[in-house]
Amino acid sequence: MTLITILGFILIVIGIWGMLSQSNIIKIIIGFSIVDTGIHLVMVSIGYLKDRTAPILDETVGKAEALARVVDPVPSALVLTAIVIGLAVTALMLAYAVKLHEMKGSLDIHDLKELKW
Amino acid sequence: MIKKYAVLLLLGAFALMLLPFVTEVTPFEELSPVAQKYVKDGPDELGSANLVSSVIVTYRGLDTLGEVAVLFIAAAGVGFMLRRRGDAKKPVKREASGILRSGTVFLFPLVLLYGIYIFLHGHLTPGGGFQGGVVIASGIVLLLLAGVSAKISGTVLHWIESLSGAVYVALGVLGIVLAAGFLDNRILPAGEFGRLLSAGAIPLIYSLIGLKVGAELVGIIDAMQKDEL
Repeated sequence: MTLITILGFILIVIGIWGMLSQSNIIKIIIGFSIVDTGIHLVMVSIGYLKDRTAPILDETVGKAEALARVVDPVPSALVLTAIVIGLAVTALMLAYAVKLHEMKGSLDIHDLKELKW
Repeated sequence: MIKKYAVLLLLGAFALMLLPFVTEVTPFEELSPVAQKYVKDGPDELGSANLVSSVIVTYRGLDTLGEVAVLFIAAAGVGFMLRRRGDAKKPVKREASGILRSGTVFLFPLVLLYGIYIFLHGHLTPGGGFQGGVVIASGIVLLLLAGVSAKISGTVLHWIESLSGAVYVALGVLGIVLAAGFLDNRILPAGEFGRLLSAGAIPLIYSLIGLKVGAELVGIIDAMQKDEL
């Protein structure tokens, strides 16, 4: 596949490493964000076709030749959706982090023992 | 120590799982059949020059409605969790520098205008409601950083958000009555291809989405900082 796909996969792996190995909640949220970005890159690169342009019609890309000259608009639309959802989920996670810090005075997951057995 | 190796092992297995994507999948040469339909019939059917917009607002309009709903629920969750108590003491803030303050006063109207431009031209240029809303919210962040009081009333914000959401759904239902189905943009005349007033209801829907997203993000930012906006 293209270089962008590979870079996206690398970002996903780095993000998962961050989520699994860090114990600070803010760093875990950053790891999630990196995974998110990697997935977006992979999705966009799947829709990309070589030597083609953005799916926006104007004087240079007319209606008639659009079929042969534009990339797939569906993955772009999906990624747009995914970015907004990612933003919303990140904001919600940060709100949880603020609340946890208010309650425990710490952001380290080793200090949160309620769900351990 | 053993946890560290377990993590590495898991990552290795995960990378191995992704490997076939890199080695065996060949890039597409042609558009997928669905995309072919969207690209071929989209411009004449819906009149939108930006094909991504026609996919987001009309062909997959229901997804976008769901997305707006998810954003709303997240904003509501943030607001619920970080709601202010009356007795919370005000944090001591350092005064912003003069450069930041005068720069903000100059830039804020331009940022606002640019956000509105982005969502109004969503059917012609790269952009749309979500991007425009985020730009507007970034202008508010600038105000916060500079410590310029904007006196944004929470009531006005809630009304903008609720009204634009309700009108969005109402436009969708109007599509069932006047056109082919839910969220069909052909309830308004298609207009001349490539002009601002074209593509039926797409600019209208994108403006509503832009207002809603902008208001929601400002609400999130407002909830995340302690003093009043």
